[in-house]
Amino acid sequence: MTPNRGAKREISFVVNGDHRTVCVYPMERLLDVLRQQLSLTGTKEGCGEGECGACSVLIDGALVDSCLVPVAQAEGARIVTIEGVAANPRFSALGQAFLDCGGAQCGICTPGMMVAAVHLLDRNSAPTMDDIREGLSGNLCRCTGYLQILEAVAEAARRTAVR
Amino acid sequence: MTEPIVGSSTPRKEGRDKVSGCARYIDDIRFPNMLYGTTVRSRIARGKIKSIHFGAGVRWDEFVVVSANDIPGKNCIALIENDQPCLADGVVNHPEEAILLLAHPDRHRLPMAAAAVSIEYEPLEAVFTIEESERKDKIIWGTDNTFKAFLIQKGEVDGVWAKADYIVEGEYCTGAQEQLYIETNGVIAQSDAQRGITVWGSLQCPYYVHKALMTLCGLPEDKVRVVQTETGGAFGGKEEYPSMIAAHASLLAMKSRRPVKMIYDRAEDMAATTKRHPSRTRHRTAVSKDGRILGGEIELVIDGGAYVTLSPVVLSRATIHAGGPYYWPHVRIRTKAVATNAPPHGAFRGFGAPQALFAMERHIERIARAVNVSSVEIRRKNFLQPGQTTTTEQAIHEPIDLGQLLDRALELADYDAKRRRFAEQNQSNRQKNGMGIAAFLHGAGFTGSGERHLGSVVGVEGRPDGGVRVLVSSTEFGQGTNTVLCQIAAEALGLPYEDVAIAQPDTMEVPNSGPTVASRTAMVVGKLVASAALGVKQTLVGAGVLRDRCTAEEFRAACRSYVAARGRLRSLARYEQPEGIFWDDQKYRGEAYAAFAWAIYVAEVEVDLATYSARVKDFVALQEIGRVMNPVLARGQILGGVTQGIGFALYEKVEWRDGRMANNQMTNYIIPTSADVPSIRVFFEELGNRHGAFGAKGIGELPMDGPAPAIVNAIEDALGIPFDTVPLLPESIFDGVAAASSRARSTRSPVGVQ
Amino acid sequence: MRSDPADYEFAAPTRLEEAVRLLAEQPKAWLPIAGGTDVMVQFAAGTLAARKLLSIWNLPELRRIEISPHEIRIGAGSTYSDLRGHEVIAREFSLLARAASWTGGIANQNRGTLGGNIVNASPAADSLPALLAYEADLVLCSARGERRVPYVNFHTGYKQMELAPDELIRAVCLPRRFSGYFSHARKVGARNAQAISKVSVAALGRVQNGEFRDVRIALGSVAPVPLRLPETEHALQGKPPEADVIAHARRLAVAETRPIDDIRSTARYRAEVVGNLVVEFLEALGRANHDK
Repeated sequence: MTPNRGAKREISFVVNGDHRTVCVYPMERLLDVLRQQLSLTGTKEGCGEGECGACSVLIDGALVDSCLVPVAQAEGARIVTIEGVAANPRFSALGQAFLDCGGAQCGICTPGMMVAAVHLLDRNSAPTMDDIREGLSGNLCRCTGYLQILEAVAEAARRTAVR
Repeated sequence: MTEPIVGSSTPRKEGRDKVSGCARYIDDIRFPNMLYGTTVRSRIARGKIKSIHFGAGVRWDEFVVVSANDIPGKNCIALIENDQPCLADGVVNHPEEAILLLAHPDRHRLPMAAAAVSIEYEPLEAVFTIEESERKDKIIWGTDNTFKAFLIQKGEVDGVWAKADYIVEGEYCTGAQEQLYIETNGVIAQSDAQRGITVWGSLQCPYYVHKALMTLCGLPEDKVRVVQTETGGAFGGKEEYPSMIAAHASLLAMKSRRPVKMIYDRAEDMAATTKRHPSRTRHRTAVSKDGRILGGEIELVIDGGAYVTLSPVVLSRATIHAGGPYYWPHVRIRTKAVATNAPPHGAFRGFGAPQALFAMERHIERIARAVNVSSVEIRRKNFLQPGQTTTTEQAIHEPIDLGQLLDRALELADYDAKRRRFAEQNQSNRQKNGMGIAAFLHGAGFTGSGERHLGSVVGVEGRPDGGVRVLVSSTEFGQGTNTVLCQIAAEALGLPYEDVAIAQPDTMEVPNSGPTVASRTAMVVGKLVASAALGVKQTLVGAGVLRDRCTAEEFRAACRSYVAARGRLRSLARYEQPEGIFWDDQKYRGEAYAAFAWAIYVAEVEVDLATYSARVKDFVALQEIGRVMNPVLARGQILGGVTQGIGFALYEKVEWRDGRMANNQMTNYIIPTSADVPSIRVFFEELGNRHGAFGAKGIGELPMDGPAPAIVNAIEDALGIPFDTVPLLPESIFDGVAAASSRARSTRSPVGVQ
Repeated sequence: MRSDPADYEFAAPTRLEEAVRLLAEQPKAWLPIAGGTDVMVQFAAGTLAARKLLSIWNLPELRRIEISPHEIRIGAGSTYSDLRGHEVIAREFSLLARAASWTGGIANQNRGTLGGNIVNASPAADSLPALLAYEADLVLCSARGERRVPYVNFHTGYKQMELAPDELIRAVCLPRRFSGYFSHARKVGARNAQAISKVSVAALGRVQNGEFRDVRIALGSVAPVPLRLPETEHALQGKPPEADVIAHARRLAVAETRPIDDIRSTARYRAEVVGNLVVEFLEALGRANHDK
């Protein structure tokens, strides 16, 4: 049997505003810790290689693929997942726009797309279509052909501005 | 109800959960006491298993191990023929074939354990291409490597050659394509002495899995239960394959007596599961001097991989679509599906039609060049007209005017003006631009007598709160099943959309409405939903608790009281084949499909001669689909399908090494990102369909058929060089351009040196 | 996911000094991991040989960008997003800023680091041709101290480099003398975003008195290591930007590369495209100065 070389350790961070401490191997992927230990299953695994963006979360405000982050590197970080986005009234226009514009078909890429959209809209509240295209270019979708997703983000930006 | 529900963009039934992260896909679900499973797979393409050795360094007593010996029923995945084993037993026929199954409580322990199983093989010679298989010097399946063959003969083909002014020949090839649903295959299985086997999973056809598990486990139908969980994309890739992974998880669950979860990682899913059938089509056509097709021969072969699986059905659809939307007075269509030592190929949106229509739409261009007639005129001259018959002698009854559809598409695409501008600009620019057309049709529903054999059954039941629930085994995987079927029931009953729910597809709870394939759900199943809904109403009317002309509130009140009094209010509707549908399975002649949708796609493509990359700059997708059931969903289907078609044409190449997909990672198998998608403009026409719910025809697969030929036609327009294979990558465009220049040089300078 | 996290040791020092001390104590035992965009892919694939990981992510000493009058000193732990967002890099080192913008998507750019790109040493690495064109120096550090080496000699072969087992890259230094140069970068990948390059070019040059001056052409994905083209550059020096000069340069450039067939592309295609991109650069350089 391969000897257990590592030991679990306590890692603390803030997830969707809540302070959480987990006891895990440091090389657990942040994606797996969110899904298993914290039961936040909204973040998905699509590829495990940082290509599809289904595992997108925000770490200290930066968009990252959580499948590529060893949980130990998230010590002390402020993490936001799709559950946090969905619960935040600031982003209610985004979810509604996805519904109205057909931005979600099978829905598996949707959490990642919405987190990427939040990342974009936080930096650019009036993005052009090209800005949105670029902002979401690290998130793959196989169902929609992207256009209704891009339109949903544009619509969310418009509705938020009007408010 | 003042506003019609069918035809409006009602919100996606399960949409809220999807945009909040609450939707539960199979890997989001955990059971107490659950084990995780993995598969030990063949590393070679073909051979005998000589020995299996469980390596040192693994606590094997902690693992559940399953082999073919543990299969209680038949060692096969029952589908059409039962030639595909669930687990290889002494012999393997493709790389990645499943040999053993392992389970352990710690998911992380599995990969190393699987790697520690060493298998010694005695390799046998393998076959990897259609040509090798056809040569038959190595027989790898049956007596002649042929899974299935079809022959269609219409008229007297042998007599047309003498009358032809032109005889045009061409060969066209399409490659494998990976479905690449963003959620990989996954299931959880549970086994119980009393209840039998239950499987939850990401799948399209609960009753296919149900049937396969009955055979595998030797269990009666009430001892197998299959439940579909929220499914993250499918596109046909979860039509038949889930029976395999469900079988595997079930065997582990039976042996361990614990629930077992199996989720494929991306590399395994890409390498081991089904892909679109590669194809080779040869056309030989007799053409009159004004460009009319007099007749011809079409020979089409698809590569089915190592076992039969669905190849006969894919071949059937390819065969019927091989002639495109054109009138063939005489034709012979000979097709076959052959075996190779690759993982079996399977269903992928379009299901044989994209392959056949790519060839037809490239060939019609070749005919146009030979006869010196334009791309537009050649199609116009040969389009099917109402009253004429297809290659299977199905008469077109509906008033479809393909010439007018073509005119409209060309206008929307600004075809003439752009071509004029490009002809000029191409002379000096390093970026060459071109326009390409694809005209096509797609038959919806199962072929011929298929729907009759399926005998789909649908239920609608009244709920205690007065609303209704739709009961179907038809699954949602993004295409809108839940939404459209609820719209239909609501409209049929005059209820608000919000009063209609749809049950989770669970073989214990819902009848078999047939598989969710063949673009049949809105059209065929939807029509049964409308009937069953009306059946509920008729029951209430018959019971004297409801007038025939009633308000929604009256319906709800009657339903509530009936259910409270009697406990159950349920109506079933079963498919009946409409009058006048004749199909001869031997001659492959008659009404192949209850309805065809029709389309004209136009692509504007630019090729950069510095990098030989082609990119689509604008795309017009115009289709007649009977009835637009939900505008946002319908547009979404076309946009998604066109994007997959762009991938099929320009990006998605499977790199085969000895029967195995070598580029089985998302980093090396290229699908379009948001930065690669052009403006895709979608337009619909509606002629209705008396065989479909509220006039619906199928639309799910239609958009897959047009993009590849439209794009390759545009590239030929831009460069003046024909390409006859997809995917068409820059490397191949370069090879074509280089070959054309060297041909031009050698014709220009007879004494010349390169 | 094909690795077992239980099998790994993980150290996360908070200061560079601790990191290099660990490396000195057990050289070859520790694999440094910064943003993880390469290491974690191998980890998930089950192909990571190392079992002890030393996290150098976000070490303050590695993630600062210092400007002085003659040079910019970029901490090796700077992410591609850090590079894209830095005013001086965007203005004076556009080849590097552009390379950063087309490395993966935004999520990859927020984690991938310049030092990681160098040490991972993929022949297709996006930022390395720019470093060659700008004639970067690397500052390497260990418990034994620091040394500064020209980047041009750093890669000695496919995934081989002049880096001792106890060393880390601390910084990348670029001379601030290219403001007046015309710069041209192009990446050819399989799609417009998130693509590994099949061919990439990062090039600089000037035209003075109707002659090419100080042309630097660096290429990626056409050899086991990123390349400058010394023969081609030498042949251009002092020549006019005319068709025959450019055609000759094209032939030399293709001859200096060693492209291969691999899972992504073919040698033939790469050779042809290299030629096209070099011509494209030289023609654009010729035009740009003509317009001045």
